[in-house]
Amino acid sequence: MTALRATDARPRGLVTRIAVNVSFGFGLPVLIVVLWSAWSTRSTNRFLVGPLTILDAFRRTWIGPAFVDDVLPSLYRLGLGLLASIVLGVAAGVVIGSLRRLRDTLEPLLEFFRAIPPPVLIPVAMLLLGITDTMKVVVIVSGAIWPILLNTVEGVRATDSVMLETADSFRIPRRERLWSVVLPAASPRIMTGVRQALSVALILMVISEMFASSSGLGYRIAYFQRNYLVAEMWSGILLLGLIGVLLAVVFGLVERRVLRWYHGMKEISRA
Amino acid sequence: MPDGSPLLRVEHLRKVYSSAAGDVEAIGDLSFTMQPGELVCIVGPSGCGKTTLLKCLAGLLRPTSGLVEMDGSPVTGPSPAMAVVFQEYGRSLYPWLTVRGNVELPLRHKKLSRAERDRIVTDALEAVGLPQSARSHPWQLSGGMQQRVAIARAIAYRPEVLIMDEPFAAVDAQTRADLEDLVRELHLARGISTVFVTHDIDESVYLGQRVLVLSNSPTRVQEDLVIDLPPERDQLTTRALPRFTELRTRVYQQIQRAKRGPAAAPQPAP
Repeated sequence: MTALRATDARPRGLVTRIAVNVSFGFGLPVLIVVLWSAWSTRSTNRFLVGPLTILDAFRRTWIGPAFVDDVLPSLYRLGLGLLASIVLGVAAGVVIGSLRRLRDTLEPLLEFFRAIPPPVLIPVAMLLLGITDTMKVVVIVSGAIWPILLNTVEGVRATDSVMLETADSFRIPRRERLWSVVLPAASPRIMTGVRQALSVALILMVISEMFASSSGLGYRIAYFQRNYLVAEMWSGILLLGLIGVLLAVVFGLVERRVLRWYHGMKEISRA
Repeated sequence: MPDGSPLLRVEHLRKVYSSAAGDVEAIGDLSFTMQPGELVCIVGPSGCGKTTLLKCLAGLLRPTSGLVEMDGSPVTGPSPAMAVVFQEYGRSLYPWLTVRGNVELPLRHKKLSRAERDRIVTDALEAVGLPQSARSHPWQLSGGMQQRVAIARAIAYRPEVLIMDEPFAAVDAQTRADLEDLVRELHLARGISTVFVTHDIDESVYLGQRVLVLSNSPTRVQEDLVIDLPPERDQLTTRALPRFTELRTRVYQQIQRAKRGPAAAPQPAP
C-alpha cells in the first residue's frame, strides 16, 4: 500500500532554478540602485540623495543609541499592538462566528467600524489616553483588528458541517472542540487576516508616532524631515521598509509551520 | 439470534422539516428493533430519508415525534454508546491531525490513562489494517484508507452500536469490496453491533443479518428481511449462492415497490 502519493519530484536543475530565482529577485533592485547612483551624482536636487549617502546616514543614525531610543520603542508598540489585535480579533471572531444571531446583529456595525480610517482616531485617542504608549497601541489595534476579526468570523462560520457533526457525535467537549476543531478549521482564514493586519499595523505605528510622540521611528523620520536632515530621513524610510520585509519573512515562517497541513492538502489536490 | 431486551428500539419515529416553503415529511412512521451484536442493513430508494433516520438514531437530530431507545433509555442527544461513520470521510476526518490524532481525539475526554489510550488507538488502527499509516495525515491516504481511519476512530470509541451512513458510496468497486469484508470481519471478530445504511442492494444482502427496506417518503419500514446466509461470507462464493440471488431479487422488488410510492401501500384517508 502506498501511504504517500508522490509529490512532484524536482530532481535536476535545483541549483539552476535557485540561481535563476535569485537573479530575478535581486536583479531588478540592483539595477535600480545602480541607475539611482548614476543619476544622483548628476542631480542637483538636495532632497533626492544617492544610495551611498543614505547607507552612510543609515549606519550613523540607526546603529547606536537611536536603536534603543527609537527603534525598540517602535517595535515594542508594533509587537504589542499586533499581539492584542490577534488575541482580541480571534477571540471575538470565534464568538461572533459561532453565534448566528449575534453575527446578523453585529454585521452592519462591524462594517461601519471597519470603514472608519483608523488614523482619524489618533486625535480622539490622544484626548482620551494622552500621548502614551497605550494610545499608540490602541490606535494600532483599532486598525489591525478588523482583517483578523472579519476573517475569523468568516472562517468559523464556514467550518464544514460534517466536521462539526463528527465532533458532536463523539461528544467532544466545548474546549477541546474549540482548540482541536474550530480554530484549526478557521486557521487558513485567520492567517490571511493576520497577513493583512501586519501592513496595517506598521502604517498605524508610524502615523501614530508622527502625530504624537517623543520617540519612535515615525517621530524620528518626521524630526529629520523638519530639520532638513534629508539623508537621515531617507535612511529611516529604508529602515521601515526593512522592518516590513522582516515582518513578512517571520510571518511566512510561522504560517508555513501552522498551515503545513493546509498547504500539503492543496498540493495533493492539485496533483 | 439472541433474544431478550433489544439494544436499540425505534418506535413510531417521525421527522418533519419545517421551512418557509412548507413542511417536508422526511420520515413518516418508522419502527424497528435491533438486538445486541446484530448487523442490520437499511436500504431504500434515494431520497427516502435514510440519512435523516441515521441522524435521529445518533442523536444528532431530534425526531418530531416517536422514540429512539438505546439500552432502554431514550436517546436525546449524541450518546457515548454510539459512533458514526459518515459517508464523506474527507469532511469527517480532521486534515490538521495525523491519522493517530484523528483516532485519538474522541478518546481525549474519556477517563483513560495515556498508556491505555495509546493501546486502544494502536489496536483500532491494527483492526482496520493501517498500523503503518499512524503518522500520516488523512489527505495523504487514498479514499478507501481514509474511510478505514474513520472506522478505526469509531471502533476506538468503543460504542455499543456502530452507525454507518453509506460509508462506501464514494470509493471504487475493488476498495468497496475490501471495506465490506472489513465490516464483516469487525462484526464477526469483535461482535460490534452495526447499523449500516446503504442504497446498494447487493451490499445490504452481502453484509447484513437483516435488511430493512424503507419505503419512499413518508418513510416507513416496507419489509424486515432476515438474511439467512452463512456467517462466513466471501465476495466470490457468497455472491454466487442461489440464496443470495433470491434475497437480492426480493430486496430489489421491494425497493421497486417502494419507489412507486404510496400507490403500492395505500394509506387510509385522514
